[in-house]
Amino acid sequence: MANDWLMNPALLMMLAGLLAIRLPTKLLGPLAVVTPALGLLMLCQLPNGEQGIVSLYGLTLTTLRVDGLSFVWAVIFHIAAILAGLYAWHVKDRMQQSAALVYAGAAIGAVLAGDLLTLFLCWELTAISSVLLIWANRTARAYTVGLRYLVIQVISGLLLMAGAIVHYQATGSLAFDHLGLDSPGGWIIFLAFGIKCAFPLLHNWLQDAYPEATATGTVVLSAFTTKLAVYALARGFAGEDILITIGAVMTAFPIFFAVIENDLRRVLSYSLNNQLGFMVVGVGLGTELALNGAAAHAFAHILYKALLFMSMGAVLLRVGTVKASELGGLYKSMPWTTLFCIIGGMSISAFPLFSGFVTKSMILTAAAAEHQWLVWTVLLFASAGVLDHSGIKVPFFSFFYHDAGHRVKEAPWNMLLAMGVTAFLCIAIGVWPEPLYAILPFPVDYKPYTSYHIITQLQLLMFAALAFCVLIRKGWYPEEIRSTNLDFDWVYRRLLPAVVKKLLAWMWRLDSAVRAVVMKAVHAVIEKVAQSHGPGGVMSRNLSTGTMVSWLSVFLALYLFFSFYW
Amino acid sequence: MKTSDKKAWLEQPANVDKLVYLVYLICGVLLVAEFFYEKHPYFGFDGSFGFYAGFGFLAYCTIVFSAKALRRVLKRSEDYYGE
Repeated sequence: MANDWLMNPALLMMLAGLLAIRLPTKLLGPLAVVTPALGLLMLCQLPNGEQGIVSLYGLTLTTLRVDGLSFVWAVIFHIAAILAGLYAWHVKDRMQQSAALVYAGAAIGAVLAGDLLTLFLCWELTAISSVLLIWANRTARAYTVGLRYLVIQVISGLLLMAGAIVHYQATGSLAFDHLGLDSPGGWIIFLAFGIKCAFPLLHNWLQDAYPEATATGTVVLSAFTTKLAVYALARGFAGEDILITIGAVMTAFPIFFAVIENDLRRVLSYSLNNQLGFMVVGVGLGTELALNGAAAHAFAHILYKALLFMSMGAVLLRVGTVKASELGGLYKSMPWTTLFCIIGGMSISAFPLFSGFVTKSMILTAAAAEHQWLVWTVLLFASAGVLDHSGIKVPFFSFFYHDAGHRVKEAPWNMLLAMGVTAFLCIAIGVWPEPLYAILPFPVDYKPYTSYHIITQLQLLMFAALAFCVLIRKGWYPEEIRSTNLDFDWVYRRLLPAVVKKLLAWMWRLDSAVRAVVMKAVHAVIEKVAQSHGPGGVMSRNLSTGTMVSWLSVFLALYLFFSFYW
Repeated sequence: MKTSDKKAWLEQPANVDKLVYLVYLICGVLLVAEFFYEKHPYFGFDGSFGFYAGFGFLAYCTIVFSAKALRRVLKRSEDYYGE
């Protein structure tokens, strides 16, 4: 078909995003739910393989590729968009509704892209559209944070483009398949993916920006950008050993920051970073089980992470803050939100019967199968950390602990419904993983429910919970206090500006010193000139015309005298 | 909302104690369970008695205490960046 590129669910979402700019505000909610639902139907109708071939200036672009890997990501992106749309049903702000649709569309388009140019276009579109969900807060702080976020995202896009050009010149192909790290183009693209995937030291845009988006915006943000990056890594760099190390570090270091962070949406952002680590390890291991694990974990993670962000968004909407130091005892006012938050917490902690249990364990098993005992131990350590920051800290300090005295309304019906459906899916996947296993990239030969797995996992989690009980009763658990904790972003928010300022000050001093010397010389010359040419100077005496004429007469007289008598 | 002197169920120390004892009980049961299932350790060390239980407890304590130490180095005032 010549026009089959039009049959792209991503285009449908983007068009709906444009429509949202003009549509009556009461239709924005329905549009945000119906569009991704239609998109999902459309996706399921698409045949496997490469379609939507477009020729552009001699380049052949594959705008639509449905295969085992892209399908599972496209499905969960649609589901996330439906749930986020329902959660934001009440939002009348066109900027947010439009941006959310275009953003989800761009992410879906990127996942379905079969070539690097289409990927690049969608990649940049996710950056430009998603920043509006931060700016929609319309505060000076949101503006600054959004700008920082946008700069970093656009840098990632530019690296992707540069890498794609280098790769094209080396291979003559723009196809987005396995790229590998044995060429400069591959490395540049790897770095582009790494920024979006929040690799260690490239991660701070995530913790900086996500907590500053609107209550509903963070739910949307949490679903797409980073998981798109995991997909891109799985497509381009599966089996690269370096990813195992990067992923293991990613699972471990954010948990320490999450423990001492006060803003609970920032805690969840650190937690998101830690969960990405599990997926990156899966991609790095590169075996069928590991890649299945990464895909399944991305699927489950999008749901429970959205659920946790939804519950904190509801708290933000009702109480006006998600700082742990200001919260507590909310279970009395928001019992349903409390329940859904706990379900999200149990899912991410991977309790049996919850989604994390059937997905994360695939990655750990794959690591063990590759004899990566150190990586496996780090992942197990990180699993205990997950229980702390997302399973205990977030629900405990907001809904229980000391009653902070907030007496607020329960979340609006649409938020509760969205949380309810998401919570249902988290449990459904945990109880009945087979439908998810059926759409994974490779055939699944994995049984999560063995007595060994259930008992050992419960031991790990319950003894970690026991440690929490002991620590909090002894008063050893760190108090929630208002603070900013320095992270790597200190380098570009404080150190770099300070260095530049110092450098400029130094240059100014040098400049003024050089100028002082030059000016001194110039002044000396001017003084000299002033002496000779100034008033009373030799060169500036005012000689009258009469004097000149008399001198001329003297010369003429001398000339006459000599011409006669010589 | 609640004006009576009686605290909510969860806020009475005796009930909080009950919940903590419940956690102790579950942990105890899980340790006893060690004798009653077939182990399939991946490496060997993970098959030793109560490995996951000990690991969970120690990992949790390590995380919390290192984070507390980290806080001493990293904590700044809330408006540190002045935004």
